[in-house]
Amino acid sequence: MYENVEMRQVLADTISFLMERDERIIVIDADLAKANGTLALRNKFPERAFDVGIAEQNMASVAAGMAAYGFIPFIGSFTAFATRRICDQIAISLAYAKRNVKIIGSDPGISAELNGGTHMSMEDIGVLRSIPGVVIFEPADAVQLAKALPKIVEYDGVVYIRLYRKPAAVIFNDDYEFDLFKADVIKEGSNISIFATGIMVEEALQADEILKAEGIEAEIINIHTIKPIDKDAVLKSARKTGAVVVCENHNIIGGLKSAVAEVLSEEYPVPIKSIGVKDHFGEVAKMDYLKNKYHMTAEDIAAAAKDAINMKR
Amino acid sequence: MCNNEFQTLKEKSRYIRRLTVDSIGKLGVGHLGGCLSVIEALVVLYYKEMNIDPKNPNMESRDRFVLSKGHAGPALYSVLADKGYFDISELDTLNRPETKLPSHCDMLRTKGVDMTAGSLGQGISCAAGMAKASKIKRDNANIYCIIGDGESQEGQVWEAAMMAAHFKLNNLIVFTDYNKLQIDGTVEEILGLGELDKKWEAFGWNVINIADGHDEAQIYDAIQQAKKSQSKPTMILLNTIKGNGVSFVEAMGAGNHNMPISEEQRIQALKELE
Ligand SMILES: Cc1ncc(C[n+]2csc(CCOP(=O)(O)OP(=O)(O)O)c2C)c(N)n1
Ligand SMILES: [Mg+2]
Repeated sequence: MYENVEMRQVLADTISFLMERDERIIVIDADLAKANGTLALRNKFPERAFDVGIAEQNMASVAAGMAAYGFIPFIGSFTAFATRRICDQIAISLAYAKRNVKIIGSDPGISAELNGGTHMSMEDIGVLRSIPGVVIFEPADAVQLAKALPKIVEYDGVVYIRLYRKPAAVIFNDDYEFDLFKADVIKEGSNISIFATGIMVEEALQADEILKAEGIEAEIINIHTIKPIDKDAVLKSARKTGAVVVCENHNIIGGLKSAVAEVLSEEYPVPIKSIGVKDHFGEVAKMDYLKNKYHMTAEDIAAAAKDAINMKR
Repeated sequence: MCNNEFQTLKEKSRYIRRLTVDSIGKLGVGHLGGCLSVIEALVVLYYKEMNIDPKNPNMESRDRFVLSKGHAGPALYSVLADKGYFDISELDTLNRPETKLPSHCDMLRTKGVDMTAGSLGQGISCAAGMAKASKIKRDNANIYCIIGDGESQEGQVWEAAMMAAHFKLNNLIVFTDYNKLQIDGTVEEILGLGELDKKWEAFGWNVINIADGHDEAQIYDAIQQAKKSQSKPTMILLNTIKGNGVSFVEAMGAGNHNMPISEEQRIQALKELE
């Protein structure tokens, strides 16, 4: 159904559908509405979809003010400017004041490609994860995004949507049932747990093929909501397999790996291997090149899985 | 400036425009519009005005330049290559893997780049910091900076404006590339800047409004005037055209911000710039 559809198109279409039914929904952009696909909403909802110019900090607090008036604003930019640039506004105007604002950040991590290091957010999950009350959601595909958006509107609070905006691999089919706070076991297995989010889910599934050929049964779990993390799903899988690989398009410090390790270290310590950006900034290049350079490919995941299995005691 | 010299600068601008179109064109995508609107300002600064030495890029007490609208990096790289900071053939590595010439200016990667930029609004503060540092060191350097008109919507720009006026940083000379366009549309329809000259004046700046921001002579004269400022930083408003010099790019309006360019278009553009 969503093959080769840009994620930003699904975002705009679904928000448009929701705006028709809920007059409280507002969409605010900061000169990246074209990039995020939300520009056309302005024709349909001239009052409720608008731009505030290149002024992200103002955008965040304006949204908080509108939320205090009963609206449900979505604010959007690239991940770098939708998170680290407006960190204090998110902390105070949004989270501390408990305002019902949704943040759309596009081009996470290496997917910023030719925009390069300044635009590659390797830290956004870490930054927001340490602010109380912020829900962090990263869709793996278009079906998940389309099913998530109504739930995100329903949920009363700050939600960060970490959005890959181009066509994503198809992971879920139409009968997929989405729960904002429950991870998805895509495939069961007994030897190793592979937790993945966003664009790394596709790589994890390819790694599964490699491991299968070697007789290793991997359990593949998509953690679409990194905070609050589905502790039960993490613990259940780790208890079953006894070893873990975490895959994310983010610094391995502060992101999904850290979230998984926080859960397991308290209740059921097992070896954990990380696939992700090893604490450095990004650079210009296409995603495939960077996945290879930063060791984020299916082969790297398969190798990490074997390492983790060897560390089992 | 005598007529001859002025003519030479005009030819230089044309050449730099060619190099820029060529490097972005060979890659097939880039921030063409915003590169083409700053060429003349870069040419006057780098070929006429700034105290710099390409053989000694880190020369102490040199004049500095901060491209706050960092996405126009490719235009600056054309100038730096032609000045001899690095080989001209490097321009063909623009935005390729492991390049020293990334889409946004990066002082750690590119010889001659004085400051990293790419997150709008920060560069002008960095320039103000340099101007303050130069005052403390008493090295008589001038600090130059270019910001975008869309970029001027960032609150940080006005924090820098207040600070530079407060500290009487008359060694700071900033240009606004007033091309009236940003990404989602015209600056006027997205978030109008109102009377921009009066705003800067009200913030305590010496303001010079240039009718044609693509005229080297007017830019040069404005800089001479700016250097006479006794206590105020100077804002030079450059009325420019986004995509200037290449008709099909210019005609795209806001669509020329980060645009694809085909091989035929590259050749057509180079022909226009012969
Ligand atoms: C803080 C920040 N927000 C958003 C962006 C994305 N962005 C890059 S260029 C641009 C438009 C800039 O418009 P303007 O300053 O007028 O530049 P010009 O027209 O000269 O290209 C935007 C929104 C960014 N780089 N940094
Ligand atoms: Mg502009």
